[in-house]
Amino acid sequence: MSVAKPLPHDAAALHVTGRARYVDDIPAPRGTLSLAFGLSDTAHGRIVQLDLDAVRAAPGVVDVFTAADLPHANDVSPAAHDEPLLADGTVHYVGQPIFCVVADSHLAARRAARRAVVAIEPLPAILTIDEALAADSRFEDGPLTWTKGDVDAALSHAPHILEGRIEMGGQEHFYLEGQAAFALPQENGDMLVHASSQHPTEIQHKVAEALGLPMHGVRVEVRRMGGGFGGKESQGNALAVACAIAAMRTGRPCRMRYDRDDDMTITGKRHDFRIDYRVGYDDAGRMLAVDFTQYTRCGWAQDLSLAIADRAMLHADSSYHLTDARITSHRLKTNTQSATAYRGFGGPQGMLAMERVVDQIAHALGRDPLEVRRANFYAAEGAPGYPQTTPYHMAVEDFVLDRIVDELVESSGYHARRAAIAEWNATNPLLKKGIALTPVKFGISFTLTHLNQAGALVHVYQDGSIAMNHGGTEMGQGLFQKVAQVAAQGFGVPVETVRITATDTAKVPNTSATAASSGSDLNGMAVKAACDTIRDRMAAHLASEHQADPASVRFAEGMVHVGGESMTFAEAAWRCYTARVSLSATGFYKTPGIEWDRIRGTGRPFFYFAYGAAVTEVVIDTLSGENRILRTDILHDAGASLNPALDIGQVEGGYVQGAGWLTTEELVWDDKGRLRTHAPSTYKIPACSDRPPVFNVALWSQGHNRSDTIYRSKAVGEPPFMLGISALLALSDAVAACGPAYPALDAPATPERVLMAVIRQRDSGG
Amino acid sequence: MTQTRTITLTVNGDSVTRTVPVRMNLADFLRAELGLTGTHVGCEHGVCGACTLHVDDAPVRSCLMLAVQADGASVTTVEGLADSGRGAALRAAFTARNALQCGYCTPGMLASALDYIDTGGSADRAAIREHLSGNYCRCTGYQAIVDAVCDVIEGRVTA
Ligand code: FES
Ligand code: FES
Repeated sequence: MSVAKPLPHDAAALHVTGRARYVDDIPAPRGTLSLAFGLSDTAHGRIVQLDLDAVRAAPGVVDVFTAADLPHANDVSPAAHDEPLLADGTVHYVGQPIFCVVADSHLAARRAARRAVVAIEPLPAILTIDEALAADSRFEDGPLTWTKGDVDAALSHAPHILEGRIEMGGQEHFYLEGQAAFALPQENGDMLVHASSQHPTEIQHKVAEALGLPMHGVRVEVRRMGGGFGGKESQGNALAVACAIAAMRTGRPCRMRYDRDDDMTITGKRHDFRIDYRVGYDDAGRMLAVDFTQYTRCGWAQDLSLAIADRAMLHADSSYHLTDARITSHRLKTNTQSATAYRGFGGPQGMLAMERVVDQIAHALGRDPLEVRRANFYAAEGAPGYPQTTPYHMAVEDFVLDRIVDELVESSGYHARRAAIAEWNATNPLLKKGIALTPVKFGISFTLTHLNQAGALVHVYQDGSIAMNHGGTEMGQGLFQKVAQVAAQGFGVPVETVRITATDTAKVPNTSATAASSGSDLNGMAVKAACDTIRDRMAAHLASEHQADPASVRFAEGMVHVGGESMTFAEAAWRCYTARVSLSATGFYKTPGIEWDRIRGTGRPFFYFAYGAAVTEVVIDTLSGENRILRTDILHDAGASLNPALDIGQVEGGYVQGAGWLTTEELVWDDKGRLRTHAPSTYKIPACSDRPPVFNVALWSQGHNRSDTIYRSKAVGEPPFMLGISALLALSDAVAACGPAYPALDAPATPERVLMAVIRQRDSGG
Repeated sequence: MTQTRTITLTVNGDSVTRTVPVRMNLADFLRAELGLTGTHVGCEHGVCGACTLHVDDAPVRSCLMLAVQADGASVTTVEGLADSGRGAALRAAFTARNALQCGYCTPGMLASALDYIDTGGSADRAAIREHLSGNYCRCTGYQAIVDAVCDVIEGRVTA
């Protein structure tokens, strides 16, 4: 058995010896040039002067180009054709590329870019949610609203009502390897592009458009990324397209990487949200009516914002059954970076507002929030009311959180610790502790339904070695290894027999981004289909040699058994080859049974849900607002895990990143629209010393996907991110110990914000 | 700005002489001049730790050191560690524990962790966390990295 084994990452040996190649490590042919963009320093304005003579004259500069020099499309958007590679007369945010310098080194290009004389006549800039609302600056004609039941009636009958607002910041991806691309001109005008991208097909598409080539003239290869997290789904398009154009103009290989400050200044981040809520509930804390209004800053271009805002709506229920709900979503257009995909894709924001609501209900009723959570959980199979429907009218048929939470409560000692914390807080005036248990239910599938497809290409060579290619990209998550395990399983060979090759648009075409946690679900199935095809051909031939039934041929432990004879897999491959059996096949998969209407908000957008729960305990210093996570316990459902070691890594990393989003990671724009936190010196991601000193992480032993996924596993890329919500609510719990009010702690809960909340809390005590 | 200077240093045991721009940092020198791309840059201003390597056996952020400052010094990169066999147990532990995902932080992390181990650091998780707090990892959540370092110190892995 290869699947379900905790095998290490396929490239571990390369990583620990420094021999794993990222895009910028690919040896460059002599004459390779480097690119840098010249950026807008104004949030919104008309370019009235663009004098690039000094740039052209700078040492090492070979070429400079602007929008006017582009031969074909000036667009790097993933969908809406609203994102020029280079500003065409108007700039829309601070950091927008205006021109491109091509020089003989990275530093020469960057230095030269600074010499430009650019005059921009400012136009009114819309930076905040309030400004965008006032100007009705938005994508789509108006807000999108979904309803279930009769919210207004249910609100009017509810025994208790609460209202509130939560603001949550965005998040910089901070993939450790910045954006990078490398284009090499080929014969016949073709272009080869290496990109640090989650979406090679889109790079191929945008480069082809920019060069005026059919897609077959462009080949994109992605071996690995140094982290992606959604930030390399569309944000790498600009570099790849710029490199391809420069390579075409100069006839020389061209590479580009963003320096960290440029990366943070130019590229989009997680969407920040404001969510207003009005909720009716009963004495047991059961929600009777929920009305959410979500506002998000999408930045200047549409990018993937519509689908992200949709997913925020799709997760507004978090893990709770709502009979009467209304969810309204405003997708606001602002003069800031175009906010983009980030692990969870809007889901975390929608979910956080609901977890805040539940927490606040519990506070109002003087109950343990866990009780209120349980009172609102969807019904599990066998429970009264099963199956219940989401606000978008999809039946929740695989709910398991009641069981996961029971186990976690037990293993984490939740109740005893909560009691101990209350006691501790009563005797400690300066330090206060808090604890929170929060659940995750995350919908798996691309909500743009046609993206739920994947292809694969598998070759068995005559010596029995296997090469495998699929549309998924490796960004560290271990996808390649998991899919190789699937292939090895199919042929009954050890995983070392399978060679995993770089994602390549010439091998598998028309791929979807490696996103939406779908990588192993989709590509695993496609690879399995290809392997099955080859194995069946081999079995048919070997069976015919032995007058045996093809179904009786067994592939196991590197051997093939047929009609009483056993041979190595290599021998079987050789025999099939000499008998002229095709040993190469493509595989294809599309997720069955998903269909929905995103405008009306009805249907089945998801194939299944992934679940998990976390308990976080924190301590805060009420004099400074400083805080620490003391302990975290997690139980996460990865279904029947394809590789428990890799999945645990996703859970641990996801939690820490999620907690970072809600605690230390703060993006600050000034009133000119300049991002002031554009480097790690001012933007704080979790360090080793920030992670919980006690960190108990387990995969749920009962995990099994009800839906027919690859070996009944579940996607695990994004769901654990939202376990980090427990960190924010634990901080809120600690603040709540300082006075009678509800703290309503916004995110990120930086020390400043915690301190202000403590002061408000103390004042609330009169 | 285009001033150059000729330097001679030892890189992974070999003597190297090159004429370099005086403003070129050590990371760029190793990557661009010597093709030692195992040294990664993540921020280029001394915060992320991705570029950490050993200069005269002490951990150094190679984005903050100029190549000319390494004149006469002995530089060991992740490739050099692998070739010499030093740190083999740590590499084995990083692999076994899944202490890497995207791997971009790994060379710098290994350099810092090896410094901790080789200077007699104990298997005290708090101390390890503190020592590694200058090396960012965006993927792993650090748990597996601390586990790997403990494994080596407590002799649970051998190379
Ligand atoms: S690249 Fe040197 S510390 Fe970040
Ligand atoms: S493994 Fe990706 S940054 Fe550490």
